[in-house]
Amino acid sequence: MGILRVIRIAAIASIAALVTTVGISLLLMPSAKQQVEPAPIGGPFALVDQDGNKVTDKDFAGKPSVIFFGYTSCPDVCPTTLLNLSNWLKAIGPDAEKLNVLFISVDPERDTPAHLKEYLSSFDPRIRGLTGTDDQVAAVAKAYRVYYKRIPGEDGGYTMDHSSAIYLMDRAGQFVAPLASQTDERIALERLRKLAAS
Amino acid sequence: MERIFIGIGLVLVLMVGSAVAEQFKAGSLVVENPWARETPKGATVGGGYLEIKNTGSAPDRLIGGSVTAAKRFQVHNMTMENGVAKMREVTGGLEIKPGETIKFAPGSSHVMFVDLTQPLRAGDKVHGTLRFEHAGTIDIEYSVLGMGASGPASDSHAVH
Repeated sequence: MGILRVIRIAAIASIAALVTTVGISLLLMPSAKQQVEPAPIGGPFALVDQDGNKVTDKDFAGKPSVIFFGYTSCPDVCPTTLLNLSNWLKAIGPDAEKLNVLFISVDPERDTPAHLKEYLSSFDPRIRGLTGTDDQVAAVAKAYRVYYKRIPGEDGGYTMDHSSAIYLMDRAGQFVAPLASQTDERIALERLRKLAAS
Repeated sequence: MERIFIGIGLVLVLMVGSAVAEQFKAGSLVVENPWARETPKGATVGGGYLEIKNTGSAPDRLIGGSVTAAKRFQVHNMTMENGVAKMREVTGGLEIKPGETIKFAPGSSHVMFVDLTQPLRAGDKVHGTLRFEHAGTIDIEYSVLGMGASGPASDSHAVH
């Protein structure tokens, strides 16, 4: 066999190996886009408010939003958070009118609009309750990356595990930051005022 | 004149003091300050908090209880894992070792009143029981405090 033929075979083999290696690397490596951008929080939703009105994210566009996901059969975290929100809204005065404040139920089976309305009458009237079908709630929870799970009880009832942060969104519907429900009041007021002014 | 004021002051302090140091005993177990939070309108569940001290030399176990304000009574742990609030019913009883004090407080363990038959309003006293493996059944009384209360001590300055 001539030397040229050997060289040609070697060249083709090398190129083949190189292409294979690069090809496999590209497949195994996460794409540059995935590595750089975290999954976005927020997005379109279609729900029902406590008066039974259909609402979508568009109804809240143009004002920053403060969103909390919970359920009414929650003995501790949810009433505490709603109470904190109520106190904070009163404390920031007129700035509260510049915000959408939403309580979105992760337990639509029990949290009907009428039940939400009754429950929320114990808190600041500016907090709007949203619920919907299982699919609608699943869709908004997915958009906001909210974890929720039904935990059956021994006697047929159930509780909900759920993400407990308050989501601060800007007027364009973009995620700003989470706010822990047990945040110190001084800091919470500062962040809400800043959000209202943004 | 001064003595009268001191006298009145002492009586008031004693009254407030006794109001916040409720104890219920059975055997070597002491249940302190059972309290609950006012429930939002229409709420179907309520949360109760208390401390149980085992002053004896043998362990005991909280195995159940009841409350007049609800159909069911459960004991729950609460944890916050990666921003997710999780409650888990304690089954099989909650052990209280000799010398140990178990504290139920907002943000951690609580007793849960499930299927409320009446709302809990601040100022109410609600009767209940706790059942222990060895100490038996203790009658207790929960003091209902405000919705945002974090315990009887923090509420003691409130004027009812």
